[in-house]
Amino acid sequence: MSSPDPPAGPLSEQALVAALRRGDEAAYEQLVRQQGGRMLAVARRFLRSDDLAEDAVQEALLQAFRNMSRFEGGSLLSTWLHRIVVNACLMRLRKASRSREMPIEELLPRYIEDGHRLEPVAEWVETGEEVAEHREQREQVRAAIDRLPESYRNVLLLRDIEQLDTAETAKLMGLSINATKTRLHRARQALRQLLDPHMRDPS
Amino acid sequence: MTCQELTEFLMAWLDGELPQEQAAVFEHHLKLCPDCDSYLESYRQAVAMGQDAYAACDDERLPDEVPEQLVQAVLKAQRKGS
Repeated sequence: MSSPDPPAGPLSEQALVAALRRGDEAAYEQLVRQQGGRMLAVARRFLRSDDLAEDAVQEALLQAFRNMSRFEGGSLLSTWLHRIVVNACLMRLRKASRSREMPIEELLPRYIEDGHRLEPVAEWVETGEEVAEHREQREQVRAAIDRLPESYRNVLLLRDIEQLDTAETAKLMGLSINATKTRLHRARQALRQLLDPHMRDPS
Repeated sequence: MTCQELTEFLMAWLDGELPQEQAAVFEHHLKLCPDCDSYLESYRQAVAMGQDAYAACDDERLPDEVPEQLVQAVLKAQRKGS
């Protein structure tokens, strides 16, 4: 079905970028309304609080407005804003984390001297299919991710949830490529360990 | 290859980054070791569950709507700053 665009409808991305560069207030509003929801979801994942997330999104949007001249048409506006809000969240977390984080070692598998596993590995049940069961399970998983030491949690969110590649994640976290890979692998192992008691097949 | 080494190389193997020879040793161990096989499966499942947990969270909480007070706060701060 095709209908002509209404004359006063939202601007196309290209027109929006041009209007933002001119400092057009209606364009700012369009950007906030179009992209704010997605940015807020990202910030909530990292900051775990609606208030902190809104602050981070506000900061990210203002930063984006100031830096419109640096936006290169090669990427999508949404991709560019995603990076800016992720960065704003990481900066906030860095400022807030004064205490030493829990060591991850206790959430990693243990081995005896010859490299065999210390404990047998139980098989897992299938992921919940029923809606209620599935919902409960998702809450469990989010709670488990929240229990990861912060820098591991951040790498897991960036790679597995926000779908950034290793190089981008490394840059945002200030880590080498290899350190980023190691941290992701350990974070996933720790997540597996935390979910293990809930997922063991009782049969 | 020990169970410990297998676990260490697991992500590289999943990402197809293990050299062919090493991958063959990895797969050989996997065939003979039910614990490592279960470990690999549960690791995969944990990653998938992590991704699913947040995707679903968005569906529940986010009909792409931005709280009005946030829109107004951003626009006000922008006017003030420019």
